[in-house]
Amino acid sequence: MTPPENQNLVDENKELIKEVLQAYPEKARKKREKHLNVHEESKSDCGVKSNIKSIPGVMTARGCAYAGSKGVVWGPIKDMIHISHGPVGCGYWSWSGRRNYYVGITGINSFGTMHFTSDFQERDIVFGGDKKLTKIIDELEILFPLNRGVSIQSECPIGLIGDDIEAVAKKASKQYGKPVVPLRCEGFRGVSQSLGHHIANDAIRDWIFPEFDKAKKNNTIDFEPSPYDVALIGDYNIGGDAWASRMLLEEMGLRVVAQWSGDGTLNELIQGPAAKLVLIHCYRSMNYICRSLEEQYGMPWMEFNFFGPTKIAASLREIAAKFDSKIQENAEKVIAKYTPVMNAVLEKYRPRLEGNTVMLYVGGLRPRHVVPAFEDLGIKVVGTGYEFAHNDDYKRTTHYIDNATIIYDDVTAYEFEEFVKAKKPDLIASGIKEKYAFQKMGLPFRQMHSWDYSGPYHGYDGFAIFARDMDLALNSPTWSLIGAPWKKAATKAKAAA
Amino acid sequence: MPQNPDRIVDHVDLFKQPEYTELFENKRKNFEGAHPPEEVERVSEWTKSWDYREKNFAREALTINPAKGCQPVGAMFAALGFEGTLPFVQGSQGCVAYFRTHLSRHYKEPCSAVSSSMTEDAAVFGGLNNMIEGMQVSYQLYKPKMIAVCTTCMAEVIGDDLGAFITNSKNAGSIPQDFPVPFAHTPSFVGSHITGYDNMMKGILLNLTEGKKTATSNGKINIIPGFDTYVGNNREVKRMLNAMGVDYTILSDSSDYFDSPNTGEFDMYPGGTKLEDAADSINAKATVALQAYTTPKTREYISTQWKQETKVLRPFGVKGTDEFLTAIAELTGKAIPEELEIDRGRLVDAITDSYAWIHGKKFAIYGDPDLIISITSFLLEMGAEPVHILCNNGDETFKKEMEAILAASPFGKEATVWIQKDLWHLRSLLFTEPVDFFIGNSYGKYLWRDTKIPMVRIGYPLFDRHHLHRYATLGYQGGLNILNWVVNTLLDEMDRNTNITGKTDISFDLIR
Repeated sequence: MTPPENQNLVDENKELIKEVLQAYPEKARKKREKHLNVHEESKSDCGVKSNIKSIPGVMTARGCAYAGSKGVVWGPIKDMIHISHGPVGCGYWSWSGRRNYYVGITGINSFGTMHFTSDFQERDIVFGGDKKLTKIIDELEILFPLNRGVSIQSECPIGLIGDDIEAVAKKASKQYGKPVVPLRCEGFRGVSQSLGHHIANDAIRDWIFPEFDKAKKNNTIDFEPSPYDVALIGDYNIGGDAWASRMLLEEMGLRVVAQWSGDGTLNELIQGPAAKLVLIHCYRSMNYICRSLEEQYGMPWMEFNFFGPTKIAASLREIAAKFDSKIQENAEKVIAKYTPVMNAVLEKYRPRLEGNTVMLYVGGLRPRHVVPAFEDLGIKVVGTGYEFAHNDDYKRTTHYIDNATIIYDDVTAYEFEEFVKAKKPDLIASGIKEKYAFQKMGLPFRQMHSWDYSGPYHGYDGFAIFARDMDLALNSPTWSLIGAPWKKAATKAKAAA
Repeated sequence: MPQNPDRIVDHVDLFKQPEYTELFENKRKNFEGAHPPEEVERVSEWTKSWDYREKNFAREALTINPAKGCQPVGAMFAALGFEGTLPFVQGSQGCVAYFRTHLSRHYKEPCSAVSSSMTEDAAVFGGLNNMIEGMQVSYQLYKPKMIAVCTTCMAEVIGDDLGAFITNSKNAGSIPQDFPVPFAHTPSFVGSHITGYDNMMKGILLNLTEGKKTATSNGKINIIPGFDTYVGNNREVKRMLNAMGVDYTILSDSSDYFDSPNTGEFDMYPGGTKLEDAADSINAKATVALQAYTTPKTREYISTQWKQETKVLRPFGVKGTDEFLTAIAELTGKAIPEELEIDRGRLVDAITDSYAWIHGKKFAIYGDPDLIISITSFLLEMGAEPVHILCNNGDETFKKEMEAILAASPFGKEATVWIQKDLWHLRSLLFTEPVDFFIGNSYGKYLWRDTKIPMVRIGYPLFDRHHLHRYATLGYQGGLNILNWVVNTLLDEMDRNTNITGKTDISFDLIR
């Protein structure tokens, strides 16, 4: 598999990492060197430490537990109201930032692009915010009677001042007869947004599953079970991703009875455990709930990858293999239906993109899951890393990457820039905080958290857009305009002389 | 239909296709547990009523869609206007990720800042170790000329003492003893982003000017722009002052930082106020703040500690710019050159060309206090009639000042000034007492969608329209831009109302 010349590349890249680390003070260098590595084929792990505190004073791209709980998992539940409980900022700076698409009347029966906050003032810090929280929930009930429930997303001060949000939640839930879910997702907890995902999952287990148990007992689950019921989870519907995925699952004859959490509803959260199989896209952010479902309800679950035609076809077959021959035949039909379109897309774009290289740096699943989509287009991933991965993510990554790929966990802005300067990839695929620094270096860039306001990128419909977008990034004539021609000519002349 | 490779469509058109609308309907009907459409419609109509407005205004605890951020962003913004300055936020790291993201999304520029990444252990033991380590790392790694420290609410609640922590960091050898590390305590539960701007501006000036007072004045004028996110504005101020031959220092000039040229190389610290100029600002003749509510503590510090004259001048619209130039001429003894008089004449000419479309038009505005005063004053000059003035981070002083401005104009009589109210309050105001247009930042697009009232985007953030922040809004030339945005928004709306062939297009005029 590995061309022999790549052995040299492994050494070369290891040397590069050493050089880059020289800029740090000794203690920081020792910490950071554990997070950087070069992948060597046949190793079962990327060999980097992860899920450890960021070093104070570096420019990390990481967020916090609040971002993981409210921003990622709970925020997209569209018919619930999510209170950013604490000062005004956390909710304000994250307001509508993630493009979790939904269908609904905002402010009436859906609340996705709104910002509800307790706007803590000094007196709330001093006297505590529980009374205010109770009042807020009362006011929500008056002004938004169609809300299906409330979540309380704690910001830093809540845990520090010792508010009892659980007690408030229990009381309000009883009073209004709907779930009021407290989340201890204060930003100082854990080392990144990752703990927020876990906390959010645990809250589903503790506050929503009992609702399922009740509904099951009372026979109020409002669909007749079928052998083809699945729950689509870990898809936040960025630019409509979950819809493009749902489309394929339904086309193969499955019934998506719950969508967590992009375009999701409380009802779907409650009915999730009634499915026969859980299909998880973003493993990192929702694997915890899969384990709970398995333990509590014996529900099987599987990870799948809907980026790029190669992986989509493989995933459709893997999913179908969990069902009967009818579904398996349907899966083949779906693959056959889209193959000509995908071939046409590849025929159009692959010649324009082949031979390019890309460096990735994103969050939960994309540092590995998008690799085959790039490969479908002939683009090679030469470096990848996660903001908030755990060890098992890096284990899973080895299936996706080539020998000599540079791996960087929680990469700092400084390291990433140095790696890019040394490896000179043709494209960077990362987030908004990285985007403009690299564009100033004259490098094509795509935001792979948010699809740069485009999307969806999941599924067959999404791959066509992905291909189009990579083409517009890499082949834009604008990059050739950077640098005044007279300056370029002078540099050339100087080099020649 | 699957995608057509010759015309690949993204979310804007993809989800209008029948298979997707069916998918949505199927999901809604069978799995969402949705309310009946007629119930949704009934509640929707009710939210537009006076009854709902009263209930909405009766709320005491809940804030919905606020029009203000928290302190540290303002502090970072002030710090980034100084040469080679790295903002360092003492607290948990998620905040800084949000701040950098927000500023980058607005400017479409890089934004560099670090945090001390405090976690549970710091919550228990305090963040001193984080600062000692963080100072050393950021100083060595990012090679700044100054590190400006502010806090998040976490560090504030646990009571981190920045002054002592910085001294400890210096004593521990993290940074040289003489390295400038100004600081500001910026709790997110006090004030808003404009409070943070003031706190950091004061902190930076205090740090840099210490011991720099000389016996004689350097003859310069200090200009403090305030939390002003238009990169064209500092350039316009400089142009006006240069035209007058005035010697000046802009204190915090981030116009190059947030609008750097693409040269193929990334510069982490482009432009900014030179630290030695900022240090010498203590010896200036006077300090002029272009915003009042973003600078109260800073002005008080300058007038009491530096014993220097301070003034607030808002060079917006014709009168505002007239007053600015006149005051600068008085302060410096320099004449106002013909060049600026010609600019003035051109703005007045443009106003007389366009005022008929603006005169008597009712409008609403929300934003930061100084922005509201500046823009409203200019529109009053053209006979527009403010109706709802909403300032989430305004105080009683602002309310009084605004009401005095309104009372002084025959066009301001109908306006109500709302402080400490949010955009969900404004939604009720716009439904119950509609206006012809409203002014605000990008978050206003949700109000535009719900109320169908034309919207003019002025303020921060502007996420969903490109390059507006690159223009000037102050000075005579800035006046032209504001005029352009307002009048052409009104004309666009008129076209939309008269564009159905054979039905509404009687007034679909070519010449307006």
